[in-house]
Amino acid sequence: MTIAVQMLNGVQYGLVLFLVASGLTLVFGILGVINLAHGAFYMLGAYLAYWIAGYTGSFLMAMVGGVALSFLLGMALEEVFVRRMIGRDHLAQVLLSFGLILVIDEVRQILFGKDVHSVAPPPWLNGSIQLTDVLSYPIYRLALCFVCLVLAGIIFYVIQKTRLGMIIRAGAENRDMTRALGIRFDKVNRYVFAGGIALAALGGILVSPISTVFPGMGDGMLILSFVVVVLGGIGSVAGAAIGALMIGLTDTFGKVFFPQVSSILIYVLMAGVLLWRPNGLLGKKES
Amino acid sequence: MARPITSNSTPVLSRRGVLLGTAGAFVSAAAFRFPTPALAQGAPLKVGFMLPYSGTFAKLGKFIDDGFRLQVEQNGGLLGGRKVEFVQVDDESKPETATDNMNRLVGRDKVDVVVGTVHSGVAMAMVKLARDTNTMLVIPNAGVNEATGPMCAPNIFRTSFSNWQVCEPMGKVVHAAGHRKVVTITWRYAAGQQMVGAFAEGFKKAGGEIVEDLALPFPEVEFQALITRIATLKPDAVFAFFAGGGAVKFVKDYAAAGLNKSIPLYGAGFLTDGTIPAQGETANGIKTTLHYADNLDNPANKKFLETFKAKTGLDGDIYAVQGYDAGALIGAGLAAVKGDWSARADLVKAMRAAKIDSPRGPMTFNAAGNPIQNIYLREVRNGRNELVSIAGAAVNDPARGCRA
Repeated sequence: MTIAVQMLNGVQYGLVLFLVASGLTLVFGILGVINLAHGAFYMLGAYLAYWIAGYTGSFLMAMVGGVALSFLLGMALEEVFVRRMIGRDHLAQVLLSFGLILVIDEVRQILFGKDVHSVAPPPWLNGSIQLTDVLSYPIYRLALCFVCLVLAGIIFYVIQKTRLGMIIRAGAENRDMTRALGIRFDKVNRYVFAGGIALAALGGILVSPISTVFPGMGDGMLILSFVVVVLGGIGSVAGAAIGALMIGLTDTFGKVFFPQVSSILIYVLMAGVLLWRPNGLLGKKES
Repeated sequence: MARPITSNSTPVLSRRGVLLGTAGAFVSAAAFRFPTPALAQGAPLKVGFMLPYSGTFAKLGKFIDDGFRLQVEQNGGLLGGRKVEFVQVDDESKPETATDNMNRLVGRDKVDVVVGTVHSGVAMAMVKLARDTNTMLVIPNAGVNEATGPMCAPNIFRTSFSNWQVCEPMGKVVHAAGHRKVVTITWRYAAGQQMVGAFAEGFKKAGGEIVEDLALPFPEVEFQALITRIATLKPDAVFAFFAGGGAVKFVKDYAAAGLNKSIPLYGAGFLTDGTIPAQGETANGIKTTLHYADNLDNPANKKFLETFKAKTGLDGDIYAVQGYDAGALIGAGLAAVKGDWSARADLVKAMRAAKIDSPRGPMTFNAAGNPIQNIYLREVRNGRNELVSIAGAAVNDPARGCRA
């Protein structure tokens, strides 16, 4: 029974990781831009959820509004900054996105201060299910799993079955060739970047009721997202899904069975996978 | 043609030269020790605040600063009869720049006394430099045991607590409540391990058993796996140390898993200090130990809370009290030496012997400069940490390793 509960913990953690990391891998894979500010957008999402839910009293509104706002912000940032970074040195991209982290952090500081906040889940998800005699499982966590699975389904559908997805896959495969075939990449770039930001923010929004909202909450998530992306193969959404689940389970069981080394286990896993497949599980070969 | 690197006609300092010079100045400062400037009695005492004015602990830094200034204002702008002026440095809670920041106060600003800081890692760097330069240092928060343990020195004082001090008395409390098998949980870093270690020491001494010592890397907040583990172990009680965002999330996750109904949660005071608004009802009933409680019923606390509110418009807390008492301690020292800060031996003696009527209750100091004070058992009720009882009266840190 305990193992099953821990399995559930691991899968649930992995699904959230996937949601956040999928945005990072898309932006990296399609635009070729390293976005260090991905964690900051995750934090931004959580703060938007806190703000909108506090204002309207509705978590659903927070979800819709938060995603819409971060999508628009992503479009604007792409227009003003990010498009200038495409094809540039990674160092320039790192500098830009690091600057974004500082700006977002400072804006957060001005608007919300440094206090820890919490967001109430929707009332109809506020209960819990009794699992063992002492342990119960919050329904919200189960709902979170479900929502993440649905979102994963949508992401896969868009990428595998739609025209936009075809362009995205083609772009990830060979950017120059895709452009040569007459695809207008600028537009795709903008949507992909904004979509990536929206996914990070959505991760933050969905997690806010169980994680609480606090400064620096994106830092750890950023590092884990990068581990997931590298593990799964840069640009591969399916790889990110597998990677995220592996990280989620490794972390959960590591904490329980090997507490002394749990903090390095996921990095050991990453190193092991990279030795075996240097481009990640589903990464394409270097061209 | 090769560009000349230096020119004889223009005596411009190169950047490297400046850096070298600066480094040299610091080295000589460390080697020869700054003589405490022999100030005329009329000159104000220069107090250097090295506190976090930005970052996660910014609010704590502000409160310590405000508390100190309140103490000075209540004495008519004087401490021990002498005027005071302030120099502020934002330490950002970054240990890597701590030595430079401390050097600025000691070397450039030539302050008489440094007051700082919140973060234990930064405080340790400050303690090191204070020892090397024989600078007077008053620590208004950081609880790292070593500061008044192996690293103790006559010129180092603390007006807050040691990690050991606030947790050891809890062992007896938990045992007296009838709990025999306890699981501890914290972040795997110095403060967490010192606090949980002190609790375990007190609990084992009382006759209890630590079933498992759970820890996760700082500052990770994914607790679900460990909470499931606690449910499997089914201990009589849990002792936790977390702070800030981690404390909020742990308390909420603990309640969401339903464990708060069957396994009582105890902790170091920081588990529920400044975090109750975000924790909401999930914090109700949690018992913690600290050297302060929100509703301490003594005249000093009432006066302090009233005047602090009048000055800042905010409710004072333990951090403000620690700043307030840092001012009181320096004032007590100054009064004893009639404002002559250079009479170091007498000054230190007077400060070590100071008896302060703190808002937290009576406070004296041990030979290592750590306060001897009451540790209170509090319970979260009505959104406050309300006093239950005195968990340990006049608790003295053992100051292990202190040879001063």
